[in-house]
Amino acid sequence: MTLVSGWGRFPVVDSDVLRPRSLEAVAEAMVSGTVARGNGRAYGDAAIGVARTVAMTGFDRIRWFDPATGCIRLEAGVLLSDLIDTFGPRGFLPFVLPGTRFVSIGGAIAADVHGKNHHCEGGFGRYVDSILLRTGEGETIEASREQNSDAFFATIGGMGLTGIILEATLRLRKVETGWIRERVISASDLDAAMRALDAGDAATYSVAWIDCAARGKDLGRSLIYLGEHAGKDELPAGAAAFPAGKDPGLGVPIDLPSMTLNRFSIRAFNELYYRMGARRAGRSHVVSLYPYFFPLDSIADWNRIYGKRGFLQHQCVIPENGARAVLGEILDRVARRGDASFLAVLKKLGQGDGILSFPLPGYTLALDFPVRGDILNFLDDIDRLVVAAGGRLYLAKDARQSRETLNAGYPALSRFNAIRKSLDPAGNIRSKLSQRLFDEV
Amino acid sequence: MTSRKSVLVLGGSSDIGRAVARAFAKAEYDVGLAGRSVAALEPDAADLRARYNVEVGLHTFDVLDIASFEGFVAGLPALPEVVISIVGLLGVQQQAESDLAHATAIMRSNYEGPALILGLLAEKFLSRGSGTLVGVSSVAGDRGRASNYVYGSAKAGFSAFLSGLRARASRGGVHVVTVKPGFVRTRMTEGMKLIGPLTVEAPVVGAAILRAVENKTDIVYVSAKWRLVMLIIKTLPEVVFKKLKF
Ligand SMILES: Cc1cc2nc3c(=O)[nH]c(=O)nc-3n(C[C@H](O)[C@H](O)[C@H](O)COP(=O)(O)OP(=O)(O)OC[C@H]3O[C@@H](n4cnc5c(N)ncnc54)[C@H](O)[C@@H]3O)c2cc1C
Repeated sequence: MTLVSGWGRFPVVDSDVLRPRSLEAVAEAMVSGTVARGNGRAYGDAAIGVARTVAMTGFDRIRWFDPATGCIRLEAGVLLSDLIDTFGPRGFLPFVLPGTRFVSIGGAIAADVHGKNHHCEGGFGRYVDSILLRTGEGETIEASREQNSDAFFATIGGMGLTGIILEATLRLRKVETGWIRERVISASDLDAAMRALDAGDAATYSVAWIDCAARGKDLGRSLIYLGEHAGKDELPAGAAAFPAGKDPGLGVPIDLPSMTLNRFSIRAFNELYYRMGARRAGRSHVVSLYPYFFPLDSIADWNRIYGKRGFLQHQCVIPENGARAVLGEILDRVARRGDASFLAVLKKLGQGDGILSFPLPGYTLALDFPVRGDILNFLDDIDRLVVAAGGRLYLAKDARQSRETLNAGYPALSRFNAIRKSLDPAGNIRSKLSQRLFDEV
Repeated sequence: MTSRKSVLVLGGSSDIGRAVARAFAKAEYDVGLAGRSVAALEPDAADLRARYNVEVGLHTFDVLDIASFEGFVAGLPALPEVVISIVGLLGVQQQAESDLAHATAIMRSNYEGPALILGLLAEKFLSRGSGTLVGVSSVAGDRGRASNYVYGSAKAGFSAFLSGLRARASRGGVHVVTVKPGFVRTRMTEGMKLIGPLTVEAPVVGAAILRAVENKTDIVYVSAKWRLVMLIIKTLPEVVFKKLKF
């Protein structure tokens, strides 16, 4: 047994970790209580098997690529970073890029990850044509919108609970360059931030970074980043059409004492961040895709700055109607509490594609909290606000929500469970997350 | 005909072999992959073609079947510019201590086979007057350790062979590179306790080998830290060394 955790390093639990290299070995690895793991970027307990965790990063081959259509067939352990490095210079990028490029294709499908373009282009699953799935019953099936479509739509956003994704066929986006034309808008409070996001609906990419230490009349003040793919003629003189991605720089070598992040250091940082951003506001300029999409990837192991006990991410989505009041209430409580992340992320989402996909039309807010004190009770209270507003929490970030919160937020759960049962009558596929939230007790 | 660069990877299906093949294909080399089973290499060939648009050829090669070596070399469609031997067998030291067949397999897979095939190719390269041969040896060959001296001694033999071959071949325009990767996170080292800061991922080895070939480096410790560690280990007096638990 090995101690395993997600990116938030909470909870840490025992599971038998295997790293198979062949499809036969995957089949043999399945025992009662197995789940697949991609690159471990889910924050909580989604990628930890009750008994066994099957790590898929050894499966990193491309099967074929068709440059005429941008269609690609690949193994589930290929990382988005690998796809970007290999096919970016050839003029192709994934349609959907989450906030880190170190996620696997399997993980991106299982969480139906969203990027800064969800409001207009949807989630990762929308660009998946088919998947090769090893079900809990031990069958290997190809699933698509036409064939085994229940399995297909349950696997997109299904958090690994329908089986192990072995391969997938995706569509890539044709791009002229690896640069983004970015425009920064500064918003002095939450109303202005939400207005700016609404006004940015037509932009391909949009996201707001909220200063969650700001209170009172400054509550919700933020910087909104809008982005479009830049053409060759928009690049600075001498720039390569595709910028090189740097490896993550210096890592955080040790767990920082949790004192490092306190309300004073956070306030000072945020003040500076907001002012620097506000100075750039209005003008539009061209940035490399790496800092635009993956601001945190330049620091390896940044999850260690929260200290040994780890941290929790709380990401909710609130339907458009009534979102303003709830978001204001959450941000106010967070600001009063004073120990949340430096920055919160606010963005708009559209309709999700999978049965259990997180996105629904509305606003999503993501916050980080170090694990300490009464944080669990605090977040339970926030969840009650979310549920009352008809919202839900993102399973890929979750380590602590209750069954009640899940049931209230995901009305399609019973349909998902029925499909899961048909693919895996004996219940072999089980993760720590499913044990906590889904499975019959 | 275009004069594209070409590399032949012996032991192409190992994790390091795959990483090396990718590094060279990315640098626009056409690739030959050689291994015991051509069918097992097919997915890697498809991967290289899809990623980098290069030509990939597959060849059957068994490092223990010395009788087949001459035929193997004669059967290559063209003599490549670069040949890299990744083949090797870690084996289980404890088993090798009493199981002669196992010990023999380790010794032959890490020394006899790789040295003979590279020696044979060296003759062809020398008659052509150009080329680079790369042998992946191991820091384990720098000093025999209680915990893996069967493997280590074979790698020591291979390292010595490469260094002698280098001295001779350099006069004929042929370069020989010795690679000592240290700990690499691969199938071979799975489940072993590796020391984090001294451990690298296979793609790092691939990039290091490409760099060594292009810069004509003689000996490569993939992680610079290993050069220092092995310097210390090599210079410890035997009386001290034999008391240490390695
Ligand atoms: C810094 C950071 C920023 C992020 N930003 C975003 C963002 O903007 N948008 C967003 O949507 N998410 C975001 N995430 C979350 C991340 O995209 C998801 O958690 C993603 O699922 C991680 O992929 P992974 O390969 O690391 O999978 P893991 O974390 O290893 O696994 C995640 C889930 O996928 C399942 N899974 C993995 N591989 C397979 C497979 N082969 N077959 C079946 N199931 C599988 C696991 O069982 C698990 O349920 C972010 C995470 C980090 C750390």
